[in-house]
Amino acid sequence: MYEGILIAGFGGQGVLSTGQLLAYSGMVEGKHVAWIPSYGPEMRGGTANCGVTISQQPISSPLVSEPTVLIAMNRPSLEKFENSVVKGGLIFVNSSLIDIRASRKDVGVYYIPANDMAEDIGSSKVANNIILGALIELTGVVTPEAIEKSLKDVLPPHHHKMIPLNLKAMEAGASLVRTGGRQRMADS
Amino acid sequence: MGKMLMKGNEAIGEGAVRAGCRYFFGYPITPQSELPHYLAKRMPEVGGLYLQAESEVASINMVFGAAGAGARVMTSSSGPGISLMQEGISYLAGAELPCVIVNMVRGGPGLGNIAPAQSDYFQATRGGGHGDYHLIVLAPASVQEIVDLMQDSFDLADKYRNPVMLMGDGVLGQMMEPVDLGEEKILSIPEKSWAATGRMKREKKNLINSLYIVPENCEVHNIKLGEKYKLIASGEQRWEEYRTEGAELIMVAYGTAARVCKAVADLCKAEGMPVGLIRPITLWPFPGRRISELAETAKSFLSVEMSMGQMVDDVRLSVNGKKPVHFYGRVGGMIPAARDVFNEVQFILSGGAR
Repeated sequence: MYEGILIAGFGGQGVLSTGQLLAYSGMVEGKHVAWIPSYGPEMRGGTANCGVTISQQPISSPLVSEPTVLIAMNRPSLEKFENSVVKGGLIFVNSSLIDIRASRKDVGVYYIPANDMAEDIGSSKVANNIILGALIELTGVVTPEAIEKSLKDVLPPHHHKMIPLNLKAMEAGASLVRTGGRQRMADS
Repeated sequence: MGKMLMKGNEAIGEGAVRAGCRYFFGYPITPQSELPHYLAKRMPEVGGLYLQAESEVASINMVFGAAGAGARVMTSSSGPGISLMQEGISYLAGAELPCVIVNMVRGGPGLGNIAPAQSDYFQATRGGGHGDYHLIVLAPASVQEIVDLMQDSFDLADKYRNPVMLMGDGVLGQMMEPVDLGEEKILSIPEKSWAATGRMKREKKNLINSLYIVPENCEVHNIKLGEKYKLIASGEQRWEEYRTEGAELIMVAYGTAARVCKAVADLCKAEGMPVGLIRPITLWPFPGRRISELAETAKSFLSVEMSMGQMVDDVRLSVNGKKPVHFYGRVGGMIPAARDVFNEVQFILSGGAR
């Protein structure tokens, strides 16, 4: 098992923390993990991305230059990274904010209106977890239980009241791809 | 204690504290600012001192003072700040003071940028400051290795009474990996009978100095230093080998570039290509002895660096003309892509036909 996951979006969309949560969950499960952020002279509202590697084998390079999974939270991220995804990989498109279609035909593309779904269940802040739920449903890279444990470990106790909403968001995302709603496999 | 997910820069700080470092003097600069940030909080917890100096010149001279008094002391910076410290580093080497200097290398020359690079190799291994001296230079390639090498850095510094540089880059500083910090050990920090801690009824004053005004005396001092460097060069070469057995082409890379090259070696294995990797862990002393041995069996070498070609000089000296030595580099804050290095390897193995 090897997944190189690239998560990209605007600063403030929880891109870096979502990646850390995934990496932490992989570690909880005893897998090899690495997390690496893009960093640079960034500004508020600018783009942010991080690479997360989760593997059964020791990780040679932590750099995710050829992702197996891309999460594009905004349009510039989809445009910038779409072509780097490996053949047969997955792209998750946040269709609440991205009004174009992916052009790749050799990868699985899932359109998920993450911000709209998140608002429906209570807060647009959990949009990233809607997609995270879809991702782990499809790849099994970590279990929902590992994510729940990680949230408890990482979040300070006064934020633990947010955990149920995060888990609800993940279940909504998982349920969407489980029922095949709003997805488009490129071949079909 | 289980594993923790830690940033490289924080791991340097925690590793230093666990190695008994209780003094840190520094000045912030990207991409290593998480390190002083971490120690600003951590040092007071263990009864240590964190002090943000007014400049890098001040930092390194504060290190001189603390080291002269026998403390385990550290500073950290990146390219431009390390350049400012060079006078102090030369003085530390001249006065034979143990300390640890961290350089998280960024793109240069000049102000350059804050992206990862390895272009300070010459500065670290060839001197940087004036005079005949060497730093011991260690180059970790993972967050776990950072923690392990911090202990070694302070031990080597004390053992040889010599400044040690830990050289990383922005990738190693910013990335998070699981680390096992292990049990906190009872530290055995060697007695420093030479330290300037007061006369204590000793017959002779302990003087911390790098001034030898009489040429005859300065020559004796230089020869003594030279003997020490010879001892370090023969006894402290460290490296990691990966898939070198039966390898026809051997990549040589350290730090972040070595991580990329490991992925390349894996790609090569999948394609049935006999390609291995030597990863120097000590950049000075350079692990030339092993490379020289491998030059008997391998057909060619490829130095992969985030520079225009600096370590490749050491690879050439070690191979000593026995086999061709090639170079592949990305610069200015760019990181070699595994696919591109793989293509270069394929090009060399095929005898140069693309």
